[in-house]
Amino acid sequence: MAREVALRLEIEEERPEPRKRWKRLLSTARKHPLGVFGMGCVSLLFFCGIFADLIVPYDPEATLRETQTYGTLVNAIKPNETRLTIANAQLEGGTNFDIDGERMTVLPLPAPKVSATGTIINVQRASSQSAHEAGATLELDTAIANTKPSWSHPFGTDHNAKDVLSRVIFGARISLLIGLTAIITGVTAGAFFGVISGYFGKIIDTIIQRCVDILLAFPAVVLLLAIITVVGDEDSSVRRFLANNTPLPKGEFIGIPTFLDVFIVALVIGLAVAVFTTRVVRGAVLSIKENVYVDAARAMGASDARIMMRHIFPNVAALVVILGSVLLPVAILAEAAISFLGVGVPLGTPSWGADLSDEKSRQLMLEGYWWPVFFPGLALSLVVLGFNMVGDAFRDLSDPRLRGSGLGGGGGGGGAGRGPI
Amino acid sequence: MRDYIVRRLLILVPVMIGVSLLTFSLFNIIPGDACVLRLGFGSTPETLKACREAHGLNRPLFPVSVNSDLPVIHVQGDSQYGGWLWDIVAHQDLGQSLAEGGAKVSTELERRLPITLELMIMTVIFALVLGILPGMLSAIRPNTPIDWIARVLSVLWLSIPSFYLAILMITFGLLWFGWTPPQFGRGYVPFMDDPWVNLQQFVFPALVLSVGIAAVIMRLTRSAMLEVLRNDYIRTAWSKGLRERTVVWRHALKNALIPVVTLVGLQIGALIGGAVIIESVYNLNGVGKYTLEAIIRRDLFVVQSLTLMFALVYVSCNLFVDIAYAWLDPRIHYN
Repeated sequence: MAREVALRLEIEEERPEPRKRWKRLLSTARKHPLGVFGMGCVSLLFFCGIFADLIVPYDPEATLRETQTYGTLVNAIKPNETRLTIANAQLEGGTNFDIDGERMTVLPLPAPKVSATGTIINVQRASSQSAHEAGATLELDTAIANTKPSWSHPFGTDHNAKDVLSRVIFGARISLLIGLTAIITGVTAGAFFGVISGYFGKIIDTIIQRCVDILLAFPAVVLLLAIITVVGDEDSSVRRFLANNTPLPKGEFIGIPTFLDVFIVALVIGLAVAVFTTRVVRGAVLSIKENVYVDAARAMGASDARIMMRHIFPNVAALVVILGSVLLPVAILAEAAISFLGVGVPLGTPSWGADLSDEKSRQLMLEGYWWPVFFPGLALSLVVLGFNMVGDAFRDLSDPRLRGSGLGGGGGGGGAGRGPI
Repeated sequence: MRDYIVRRLLILVPVMIGVSLLTFSLFNIIPGDACVLRLGFGSTPETLKACREAHGLNRPLFPVSVNSDLPVIHVQGDSQYGGWLWDIVAHQDLGQSLAEGGAKVSTELERRLPITLELMIMTVIFALVLGILPGMLSAIRPNTPIDWIARVLSVLWLSIPSFYLAILMITFGLLWFGWTPPQFGRGYVPFMDDPWVNLQQFVFPALVLSVGIAAVIMRLTRSAMLEVLRNDYIRTAWSKGLRERTVVWRHALKNALIPVVTLVGLQIGALIGGAVIIESVYNLNGVGKYTLEAIIRRDLFVVQSLTLMFALVYVSCNLFVDIAYAWLDPRIHYN
């Protein structure tokens, strides 16, 4: 008997607690490969969003240019000469190029003439004092627009000669910023009104719930479009208030050129989140306030504020956190949708939705330049997919009845990552 | 039951009044009224005044106003808000566009509503087929390859944004198959005129829009079906020797579909939002595209009337769903 106890103790000593936990985590991960994949997507979103300016290969706003060797000079040109013959080059009027460091501009008229030796063009010279020998190379300074995905530009460049990969990475930052701002403001406001509405009941409850009814009577996309048109207007009072009375930067901030516009979009999405949260939290509070400990606290003379803070709110906190994490992808998707419709963030902001809606890019896509639209959309889809897969895995793990059955969630389980769009 | 419907209808009245108030004031807090927006910077005080008189913008905004002098509450018989609502309720007149030509909203709706309705009906049909069948299959064969494929499909469909899917379909349809939907370059063709072209116009927009809803339906069908299959009456059906087809279709699916029906009704909001997006991508001149254009043009009269109509449709659908739920499931009583 004694030996058995000693043996068991020994065994337990051999297995330290942390390794066991690791093993359990690993085996859980192996059972939910989709959840692991989703977790990867979500982590990538957070990583790219937080470290965007450290990991981007290029500036997402900068027009990329490169100097290109473009043909050679056929005959020597003397000072003051503006006519030259070049080999292997077709240059349009207005193009700039350099010969031995001297800047020249192709004159549109008279038109270039093609002869047996090369193309004869007329140029305007920056300094007419230098001569150039035959065989000197022409250096052309061009914008790198519409280049295919390659090693130097893994996602290619768009028609504005901007690096698509850098824009997608900054898009993660904008999505994350809008998502988190909308969720934090929305869920906080929603929890506040929900707790007050559920706790006080009567007239306060009626007023708040009728307001919620009215806001819920609109289809979400229509409501967002309408409010953003009004609030995002250049001289709307909300914008002026935010610009003048808050420390929010008016111009560029953390690499986002139109920070205020992005922030306003986030606040409007936050409003929609708040409406939904208010309704759900109120329902939970109605049952929580019937508990005996609430009566006990009141009997001990606790004030309403104290009861709400110390006894009601901690009990809805978990619900609020879950709501926030479920609504985060919905908020990200909502931003992309309204930016796609041209009402959200201003065009040119490296947001996924705005990049998808770029008229010129979409036109070029039909001609085979698919990458400037394809990759932002792919990033958006992967992020939403990631959140949904993580959500599914968690639901699986937390509901023992559905363990092993994959999808769970009973009644309304389906709608997790979807919502308004 | 009748009392319940009456009570819900009565609650609807104050909600709709609130909705109309919100819509109206939302579009009247933009600095500069509709005439300033329409005439732009080139307007003189005279033309502005003429425009305001023509559109009735010189009237007070609300029928009731609060002032500091006595009597504190003033009632105006003729106000912009009152006129707008009265025209809608009494004359079914939704106002007219501010743009040149000033098309009436009701005539535009008459022209565009069939397009949106056809899109929505086809979307719902696709969503039901794409959702219920795989959902049912994966529930009766849990943890088999069919089940895994259905589950992965559902989460993929749930996640891909409809506008992205639409762009991909248009682009790669053109690049790989050289095919574009016939509405580009050619207007809407009614079903009665040429059913084949009409279907070609709608099949892809409806498919794209239905994918997200189908995913939700698939998941709900699957979990409802699993729930139902655990019931005693299913075991009874098996043990009395019924064929699988009878058990699944007659006993299980029928009961599993009750929550699905209500879910479809509740998706009307997503459907309206989706129509706004998909109609503009697929160049369908429906109500959704009309709304978006009006919002971008700041055509206030059109936007406020359309928003009100959307809210009305949405709220009535939700009410209808609640009633249908009680009618389908006799166990539910509303008191």
